[in-house]
Amino acid sequence: MRAATRSWFRGGSGMNGRISKCGDWLEERLGWRAVQQVIDHKAVPQHRHTIWYYFGGMTLFLFVVQVCTGIMLLLYYRPSAENAFESVQFIMTEVQFGWLVRSIHSWSANLMIAAAFVHMFSTLFLRAFRRPRELTWVTGALLLFLSLAFGFSGYLLPWNKLAFFATKVGTDIAGVVPLIGPFLLRFLRGGDEVTGATLTRFFGFHVAILPACATALVSLHVYLVQKHGMSTPLSVDPEATPKMKFVPDFLLRDLVGWLAAITLLAVLAAIFPWELGEKADPFAPAPAGIKPEWYFVFMFQTLKYIPSKILGMDGEIIGILFFGLLGLLLLVTPFVSPSGRPRGRSWLPIIGILAIAYIIVLSTFAYRT
Amino acid sequence: MWQQLLLVMFIGQAPAPPAAAGDSCIKCHLEMGDALAAPIKLSAQDIHSQNGLTCTACHGGDPSRSAPEEAMNARQGFVGKPARKQIGLLCAKCHSRPDFMRKYNPQARVDQYSEYLTSVHGKKNQGGDQNAATCIDCHGAHGIRAPKDPNSPVYVTNVAATCGRCHSDAKLMSPYDIATNQQELYSKSVHGEALMKQRDLSAPTCNSCHGNHGATPPGVDAVANVCGQCHVTQWDLFNQSPHRKAFAENKWPACVTCHQNHEILRPTEAMIGGEEPATCVICHQEGSAGLRAAREMKQEIANLQARLTTADQVLERAQRAGMEVSGPIYQLAEGRNQLVLARVQVHRFDPATLKKTVSAGDVIAAASEQSGWKALQDLAYRRKGMAVSALILLGMIGLLLLKIRRLKN
Repeated sequence: MRAATRSWFRGGSGMNGRISKCGDWLEERLGWRAVQQVIDHKAVPQHRHTIWYYFGGMTLFLFVVQVCTGIMLLLYYRPSAENAFESVQFIMTEVQFGWLVRSIHSWSANLMIAAAFVHMFSTLFLRAFRRPRELTWVTGALLLFLSLAFGFSGYLLPWNKLAFFATKVGTDIAGVVPLIGPFLLRFLRGGDEVTGATLTRFFGFHVAILPACATALVSLHVYLVQKHGMSTPLSVDPEATPKMKFVPDFLLRDLVGWLAAITLLAVLAAIFPWELGEKADPFAPAPAGIKPEWYFVFMFQTLKYIPSKILGMDGEIIGILFFGLLGLLLLVTPFVSPSGRPRGRSWLPIIGILAIAYIIVLSTFAYRT
Repeated sequence: MWQQLLLVMFIGQAPAPPAAAGDSCIKCHLEMGDALAAPIKLSAQDIHSQNGLTCTACHGGDPSRSAPEEAMNARQGFVGKPARKQIGLLCAKCHSRPDFMRKYNPQARVDQYSEYLTSVHGKKNQGGDQNAATCIDCHGAHGIRAPKDPNSPVYVTNVAATCGRCHSDAKLMSPYDIATNQQELYSKSVHGEALMKQRDLSAPTCNSCHGNHGATPPGVDAVANVCGQCHVTQWDLFNQSPHRKAFAENKWPACVTCHQNHEILRPTEAMIGGEEPATCVICHQEGSAGLRAAREMKQEIANLQARLTTADQVLERAQRAGMEVSGPIYQLAEGRNQLVLARVQVHRFDPATLKKTVSAGDVIAAASEQSGWKALQDLAYRRKGMAVSALILLGMIGLLLLKIRRLKN
């Protein structure tokens, strides 16, 4: 036994030889050692802003957690108004570690969106979207929108009272979008009202359409990151910056973050299990103080503050158009920002700080009232 | 009788058509102002006026004539202000005619007047008592609204106040030697609170027990029938109980003997048992079989309530900790139903029957409590598991950090 262990580490004939032969066989057919070469040569710049590089990997890791726990939930979840709530209840009470899987899925979704926001703002502040990384930014922004869509569609799936009314309010807002609003409302709801048809539709978005789009975009995003390498901030001289190897140096640090995230998820799931609430009842009155998920709250609160009429136009429509415009601006930031050019003025960080302050202040108001 | 005949002869046929443009009743009464104009002003909200009936429908006369002596000519059928004794018949000339009332409401009752004649009010009115209530005292004379109109004095939430206008007037009631605190007592009762405070329109008011047009106090032997219209199960159980015979023999009114009549308070466990304020002690002597049974039933109910409360507290603790216990909470609701059923079964006055229901509730309470404890045990297990997992994960993080440090060196 001791001899066998030694030969494994020494790279003698035995098991190592068999692995080597297997590798050769695969290399002949797949050429997979090219990947090894890429990994060997990949390096990450080391400077005082390096910590922000980890949030991209963290978002991806939490996305993988979502996929794994989501697949496990799919084994028991039944997407219909009659069975959805009961099936989640079954997962929480009868399925071995079902409570853990569901709580991790819910907490991880929130952490993933938080990580995506941090990643987006750090990229914005460091102006990492500069040429030639414009498309990396665009795919990242689209992935952020997809994450929000995942959150919105997944929130309804337990078919509880809060989710039902939050979806009703959310789709109502979509319904006032000029020109396409009525179509959008019916498309999202599968009818005029939030019903079992909406649930089935949201389930389809959540487990098929959005994952397919997300997989394609994540692949493209990661490919672009790999192709262009990590961006170095303007304040850092790329030539004078030391670099660390991606494997193992950067990856080991990534692993520390991922393990810390798993620890946090375990603690949150055990101490604050994700509540199920009461089953949705379309005939019941809406619960008081209903609010959407935290990442939509600042928009929801803004719409509450906007006067009903502004210059003769519907205030809610103006608010929705305003957020739509902001989303569009976020998407095309690399193309419209002077900061995208090497000698551009640096007003973008000020906008970023104002946006963060706005989100925090409006969300705080919403939760305090 | 001759007065009634005259009334029917002159104005007892179909009512006059809607007011013409030059209706002298309206014109003159408005000009006279004050009390004489009041009926005209009230007519806008009057259901009869809204349906096209004019002053002449009740008062007769000829509104096409402008001279008072011609418009209000008795030969033209003018009756003026009808005598109180005639008012019922005056209203009945339309309201007792199915062929006429069908035009306005095919489901309208047409027996109000015949019922009224059987009521205490009707009998006294026909006997010439000027204080006895007649149609206008409850419905109003002018500006009469439909009973379903919330502003009508006979709308369900206004009935107690309308009856109370006379029945709470000590001076008016003194010749009849009846109490005048019914409205006050009713407002404190479980029925009054449900109707007045909770706006539960299905809750009973005066006419629900006494009748409206045939209003009469229910006799001793009829009380249970009246209460039993709504409290069917209690009535049924009481009829199976030994109390039925005893109450009948002693001419004690059922229900009212323990629950009162107007001040029917929300019943509690305190009403049953061997000590004050239990109503059982009013009749049953210490040491009697009846009092033993009362004490036994009280204890059974108290035990079930205590078990349900314990189960509730355990489940609430688990729920507050974030555990999913909606199933057992739902199950516990059935246990509470058994408690309600046990309270109702007190009316059977048989401890053995009550015990069966309490036992069913006990089983549910025990199962729910057990589910609550299991959830709390699961929670402790989860937290221990989380602590162990977190330690392992933190250990792995520590090893990784050591590895990173070594690589740096």
